[in-house]
Amino acid sequence: MLFFSFFKTLTNQTVTIELKNDIRIRGTLKSVDQYLNIKLDDIEVLDLVKYPHLSSVKNMFIRGSVVRYVMLPRSEVDVGLLEDATRREAANQAGKAR
Amino acid sequence: MERLSLNESPANAQPRSPRPQNQFAQNALGPAGPQPTGGPPQLPPQMFTTAAQLLDLTDKKLVLILRDGRKLIGVLRSWDQFANLVFQETVERIYAGQLYADVPRGIFIVRGENVLLLGEVDLDREDDIPPTLTKAPFEEVFELKKQEENKRKKGDKKRYDELQALGFEPEHSGEILF
Repeated sequence: MLFFSFFKTLTNQTVTIELKNDIRIRGTLKSVDQYLNIKLDDIEVLDLVKYPHLSSVKNMFIRGSVVRYVMLPRSEVDVGLLEDATRREAANQAGKAR
Repeated sequence: MERLSLNESPANAQPRSPRPQNQFAQNALGPAGPQPTGGPPQLPPQMFTTAAQLLDLTDKKLVLILRDGRKLIGVLRSWDQFANLVFQETVERIYAGQLYADVPRGIFIVRGENVLLLGEVDLDREDDIPPTLTKAPFEEVFELKKQEENKRKKGDKKRYDELQALGFEPEHSGEILF
């Protein structure tokens, strides 16, 4: 749930998503759901020559299971807060497992 | 749309339905302290569901890309929470080299796990096909595609063998392609 909440705080930011088949798409993050499916607006494909079929696409829905990386704007991420949150989440999980 | 804050107590985001929304109630990034007055307004949690994302795309002309590299163009008519989809008036577009061809296919029911992405076709730009691409008869494109596939499979096999000799397990052996 942590990363779901985290991505929700990034809505309306410009992100670059790399898929597992190496295609990279930049766009405005519009929405995310519990599976980390992502909706992007005003997309731009970084290597359009290789992927001509996306030339007329303006916004898209990407299934969470095919995402490799999400590149985020550095200025919009509070790294300290995120580190704390991940540690707290890990401690909670460890507590539950015991 | 307004930005969300890390604190998640939904101040102005009352769920419309009475059903429990447990997965949203808990604040995963920290204890939900009292929302500072005048903090950023928040979007209702029901905005962040698969259903809300797919609802916008229903009855629109979409490009559907499948895990095996197929590109289908059609109208999204129905779906569920796993992104299982129903497509109507589907056309499969195959690309090879600088050529492409359209094959009418009809109605598709697609199991969600095979979906890579759904792109909404901008109807104003739909006919702006890049000048490097030419439409060709299906047989010609299909033949060219088969040759390309065979070449790629050979290259993949070679890379796979080399990686395996070094102790790496390749992420996918060229199975996912656009």
